[in-house]
Amino acid sequence: MPLYEVLLQQFANGLILGSFYALVALGYSMVYGVIKLLNFAHGDLYMTGAFAGFGALSLFSGWLGGGWGGIVPAILFSMVAVGALGVIIDRVAYRPLRQAPKLSVLITALAVSMLLENVALAFTGGQYTAFTTNLGFAGVDLGMVHVTYTQMVLVGASVVLMVVLELFVSGTMHGKAMRAIAIDQDACRLMGIDVDRTIALTFLIGSALAAAAGVLAGVYYGSINFFMGFLIGLKAFTAAVIGGIGSIPGAMLGGILLGLLEAFGTQIPGVGSEWKDVFVFAFLILFLVFRPTGLLGRPEVERM
Amino acid sequence: MSAGGGGAGEAAVGVQRSERSIRKGAGMALLLLVLLLVPRFANNYYLEVLSEAWLYVLLCLGLNIVVGFAGLLDLGYAAFFAVGAYTAGIVTIRLGQSFWLSLPIAVVTATLAGVIIGGPTLRLRSDYLAIVTLGFGEMVRITVRNLAITGGASGLVGIERPHLFGYALHSIGAFYYVFLLLAVLGIVASHRLENSRIGRAWKYVRSDEDAARAMGINHAAVKLAAYALGAIFAAIGGCFYATKMTAISPETFTFNQSLLILLGVVLGGRGKIPGVILGALVIVIFPELFRDVGSMRMLVFAVSLLLIMLFRPAGIWPERWR
Repeated sequence: MPLYEVLLQQFANGLILGSFYALVALGYSMVYGVIKLLNFAHGDLYMTGAFAGFGALSLFSGWLGGGWGGIVPAILFSMVAVGALGVIIDRVAYRPLRQAPKLSVLITALAVSMLLENVALAFTGGQYTAFTTNLGFAGVDLGMVHVTYTQMVLVGASVVLMVVLELFVSGTMHGKAMRAIAIDQDACRLMGIDVDRTIALTFLIGSALAAAAGVLAGVYYGSINFFMGFLIGLKAFTAAVIGGIGSIPGAMLGGILLGLLEAFGTQIPGVGSEWKDVFVFAFLILFLVFRPTGLLGRPEVERM
Repeated sequence: MSAGGGGAGEAAVGVQRSERSIRKGAGMALLLLVLLLVPRFANNYYLEVLSEAWLYVLLCLGLNIVVGFAGLLDLGYAAFFAVGAYTAGIVTIRLGQSFWLSLPIAVVTATLAGVIIGGPTLRLRSDYLAIVTLGFGEMVRITVRNLAITGGASGLVGIERPHLFGYALHSIGAFYYVFLLLAVLGIVASHRLENSRIGRAWKYVRSDEDAARAMGINHAAVKLAAYALGAIFAAIGGCFYATKMTAISPETFTFNQSLLILLGVVLGGRGKIPGVILGALVIVIFPELFRDVGSMRMLVFAVSLLLIMLFRPAGIWPERWR
């Protein structure tokens, strides 16, 4: 394969990987932006979403088929179910600790993450579950690089979801309430904003996006397992930090950048794919040390 | 106590205190005696479980310095355990040196690792700290998995058992004493550290970093010391773990291992030494009691962790804030 085709292939791979990262990063970034909670369970909501989508698809495919006709309802079902799960998690695990020290909430988030992972482990027995669809490999050929329609839909779907989200947060009253809570919760209460409901809404949207990413990842990779959320959760957080945590376009940019970085990083001679995660984490640490506000984040003034 | 006329009362309190400390000391001595006699009665299974428990007491106490005393969340603590274990492995297998030489080397490498991990995180807020330490833990694991000197994915096999005064440490009974001694040393060291100048500085930084800095505490040095000392505990535990097992592999040092140690600290009561010891015993002995739940162990842990955080946010045996 000539060099430019290798590069083009890696570009396509990076873009798809990046869209997954971006979708998961969005939820991470939104929740963090609004209540300053690092929701460790977010990656596991992505995993739960994949399983919910798998279950729905198995039910629907009988009469809707295993193509997009069945996949789209499965995605919607998974988004609703996992969105509701996100709200329940917030209500049960995070809301009682709203005034508690940060360490306690972080540990609670870890516990929720462990819980989701181990429930999935108990159900699947740790096996990979085949996520079968009949989308085929039809697509467009660009030289020797083959880009399937599935891949295009994946990237397209994530872009659409992100644009809708950005419009929601910047244009609606609910979005305005979220941004206000991020600045000062107590003042919001005094101004008559229902803080708890708005936070629940944030969890609903963030979790639904993670679920969508999970189903799309299942469709794309063809198999899902209980552990699939762990690494992507970490990487989505990395993406959110690179883009500037709390910023929606930032999460998108960070996700795509990280996807591309990973795809091209494995092509550097001497750096095998086994080192790619070291690469990603080193990048995260460098970013946090030298530019903790990320590419598009606003500098945060710490008040005493 | 009021300034005047309080002398008698103070003396009475003093007598009470010394009486209590004598009783406490006697209780401790008795407990230690019982623990020393255990290998005379217990079979190998119990010795094996208890040795592991002592090891986790040491590990949890080490992490407690970082999480409990200094209030810094560390999700990659298993990395320091790995540093110690691999130091012992490399010193004995690759360099052909005595196991005992690996202890001072492990102290140095662990201090370095602690400073390397602590350094970039000093300016970070607590949630960023969590993710960076997690990332570091994974980096260490992936690195030992891919290097030739650490034996790659299969790890290092055939680490020699050390000799002490011409007596070879090989039976589980001998290792029981070794790990008990390590746990006792860990407890004494933690206790001394907690009540030292730096121990007070840790707690000050934990409660209010800005106020601590205003009072002239060098917060960077204090935090780095917490990371380095915590790392040394884990590394020494790692050295002895390696020589007991004679084989180590990267899969011992996963994120779940870090999580388990953190669980011990948080479950028992972070910042409180008896609480942390209790937590360490719980995480080792609990799964042994419920062998049937085996694979569901982490699920049970997750639920209990969640419940404890919601209902007893400071742990089973919490630290009293003065």
